[in-house]
Amino acid sequence: MSAPSYLHKQGLMSWFLTQDHKRIAVLYMITVTFFFFVGGLAASLIRIELVTPNGDLLTADGYNRAFTLHGVIMVWFFLIPSIPSVFGNFLVPIMIGAKDMAFPRLNLFSWYLLLGGGLFTLLALLLGGVDTGWTFYTPLSTMFSNGHVVAVICGVFIAGFSSIFTGINIIATVHTLRAPGMTWMRLPLFVWSMYATSIILVLATPVLAVTLILVAAEHLFQIGVFDPRLGGDPLLFQHLFWFYSHPAVYIMILPAMGVISELITASGHKRIFGYSFVAASSVAIAVIGFLVWGHHMFVAGQSMYASLAFSLLSFMVSIPSAIKAYNWSATLYKSDLTVTAPFLFALTFIGLFIIGGVTGLFLALLAADLHAHDTYFVVAHFHYIMVGAAVAGYFGALHFWWPKITGRLYPQLWGKITAVMIFCGFNLTFFPQFILGYLGMPRRYHTYDPDFQFLNVLSSAGASILAVAYALPFFYLLGSLRWGERAPMNPWEAAGLEWRIPSPPPTHNFEAPVIVDFEAYDYSPEARRDPL
Amino acid sequence: MKEHLLRLWPEQASDYAVSVDWLVIGFTAMMVLFVVPVFVALWLFIWRYRRGRKADRDHRAQSNLPIELTWIILPFIGSLVVFLFSARLFFIARTPPADAMEIQVTARQWMWKFQHPGGQREINTVHVPARRAVKLTMISEDVIHSLFFPALRIKQDVLPGRYSMLWFQAEHSGTYEAYCAQYCGTDHAAMLARLVVLDPADYERWLQANGTQADLISQGETLYRQFGCGSCHGTASAPPLEGLYNQQVKLADGSQVLADDDYLRESIMLPQQKLVAGYAPIMPTYSNLLDEEAVQRLVAYLRALPAGPAKENP
Repeated sequence: MSAPSYLHKQGLMSWFLTQDHKRIAVLYMITVTFFFFVGGLAASLIRIELVTPNGDLLTADGYNRAFTLHGVIMVWFFLIPSIPSVFGNFLVPIMIGAKDMAFPRLNLFSWYLLLGGGLFTLLALLLGGVDTGWTFYTPLSTMFSNGHVVAVICGVFIAGFSSIFTGINIIATVHTLRAPGMTWMRLPLFVWSMYATSIILVLATPVLAVTLILVAAEHLFQIGVFDPRLGGDPLLFQHLFWFYSHPAVYIMILPAMGVISELITASGHKRIFGYSFVAASSVAIAVIGFLVWGHHMFVAGQSMYASLAFSLLSFMVSIPSAIKAYNWSATLYKSDLTVTAPFLFALTFIGLFIIGGVTGLFLALLAADLHAHDTYFVVAHFHYIMVGAAVAGYFGALHFWWPKITGRLYPQLWGKITAVMIFCGFNLTFFPQFILGYLGMPRRYHTYDPDFQFLNVLSSAGASILAVAYALPFFYLLGSLRWGERAPMNPWEAAGLEWRIPSPPPTHNFEAPVIVDFEAYDYSPEARRDPL
Repeated sequence: MKEHLLRLWPEQASDYAVSVDWLVIGFTAMMVLFVVPVFVALWLFIWRYRRGRKADRDHRAQSNLPIELTWIILPFIGSLVVFLFSARLFFIARTPPADAMEIQVTARQWMWKFQHPGGQREINTVHVPARRAVKLTMISEDVIHSLFFPALRIKQDVLPGRYSMLWFQAEHSGTYEAYCAQYCGTDHAAMLARLVVLDPADYERWLQANGTQADLISQGETLYRQFGCGSCHGTASAPPLEGLYNQQVKLADGSQVLADDDYLRESIMLPQQKLVAGYAPIMPTYSNLLDEEAVQRLVAYLRALPAGPAKENP
């Protein structure tokens, strides 16, 4: 008889005091799902308001608070923790053949920090409201804002430590707990991308923490750091903020890229094309990603020569992403492809990521950015990356590893319908915004020129499809817990250590010590023959 | 402006705007070239290599160095070429011609104020001549704003405490929208302005009709007298201001600074920040007495002060 699964123990305390990385992953999953719906609710308010050019649903302040809440909650309490904290936690130890993370107690503490910081932030946003946008630009946030800026900043500050600790944990785990034979070049690409992400989490998040403290200090004690009337420099804030927040975009997208590499190979039943290039490109993105923050400031008043350098570096950072997209397509050549729900999510990711990536280059293009900056073009671009692609990656991971996490199968058809609806709904929502932006509609506008109405109505119509599509998995995945068939060990016939242990895995993952004597993605180098 | 049910491309009010559009169109074409192969390959492979379909799956490649290098180097070269084109345009957009007509802009929550060289002042509307380079020198009285002219394809953030610059040359007369593009608080969406481009003759007529007694420089001179600036500047107790503009100034800490608009402004608002070598720090701040518009007038006057002992000291 095999060891009992990690879900075996009952009782709330068995969850709240757990040090099992898999249980902590489940806690994270519930937490980020909650924040995803809260942020989504605010997004719905915004899209309903923008159906008409006049402000009829919300007041100007109400609208400003809605998009601030949407941004703050989605960025720090859904997107950043989503894949690293849920799937990174669940999968990294298993994928490298370890029993747990390197620091299990720190891992649990990270979850409490995220939950505590998140609830505190949410409370401040709901009770007091903040109208600065998630970017907290100074001196608006320090001297002119009428909301609870300091409270929200505290919440984000606390949650930042969750990021830092998770990053430290993953780096330590990958370095020290790999099973014998699990060399670096045998790591699954998801682990590579989590490793690159963790480097960013550990190096960039402290800068955000420092910046937020300075904002709070200026707000509370009138210490002149950013406000020119106190002798400060408002651009300093933007430099510090984007030094964190641009790499933060890679915190959101790199893990999703790792997921897609797993989904493509598992669906194609074939080793990834150009393993070392895909792995190295994750690290390249993490490194170059630290050198492009100035492309948020082409019109902010930074030196022209700085802008030229940042523009060139921004083009360079796109190349590792292009490498990934090309290698994913090449992987399908001579594959043995099963078109599953996770595969459709992977396709959704690739489609949305390419559109988002290419339009990002328009913004790196200096002369085009002078026009498109701070318009809906930017809104559309970063939603394609941070929402379209990153959430498609998250949902793809959810649908791929759900049988492993819960031990249950879900109806494939519903998963496929959701993936297609997300792709269509997303494009209908955000593609019109590229046109709106190029026409000149600025972002964060509560009311707008009636000329822009038709495209805004299209966008809101798409958003309603998207809302249904994002809500659907909640029902059929939860339903599968009750009615779903029991999942076999390896429902996708995929390679990888996680598919060699029961679904759901036992508490210590592996019943016998793991010795790795095979390459990553060890699908047969020749065509799949009949397995018997 | 004409009513459009569905507008898909913004108006072009300058030659620069036309160049930007061509850059965007050219770049789009290049991107299509890089992206279409991915989509075609994806659909082709999905179709051909579905499980259960007979296809040649032998000799599956694991990697291929020449192919990898191709799709690294081609996009690299492509991006370099486009970068150079856009850098050239960007350089033009950030370098105003020396003979540009200068208009002073002051932004505040939530309005735009403009001052013409002739002393004319406008709020939320600015009249400019067609076919003449216009340079906007901009400053904010509170938070960061951004002046955005979609028809000219340009914008620039307007900062508190520091002048920023935008220039353009509109070719066609007409009325164009201007927006605040940088989120600036409650009524951000209402911080709109109109750009009225007039034929040069019409612009002259407009200036006449809206003329004031004094142009910007003499308004600055009035302020200079009113606030008694000359009672110290012009004596031995304060540095002389004649011919100061665009000269290097030696500071008390030994460093040097160029006496540009920002320096002149800072020395009025925060005089203790940069003390001139050899003078006692006796000047009080004028930030409570002068708003940014008044400072712009004073700076205009200081810039126009000729070098040498042209003004006799009292």
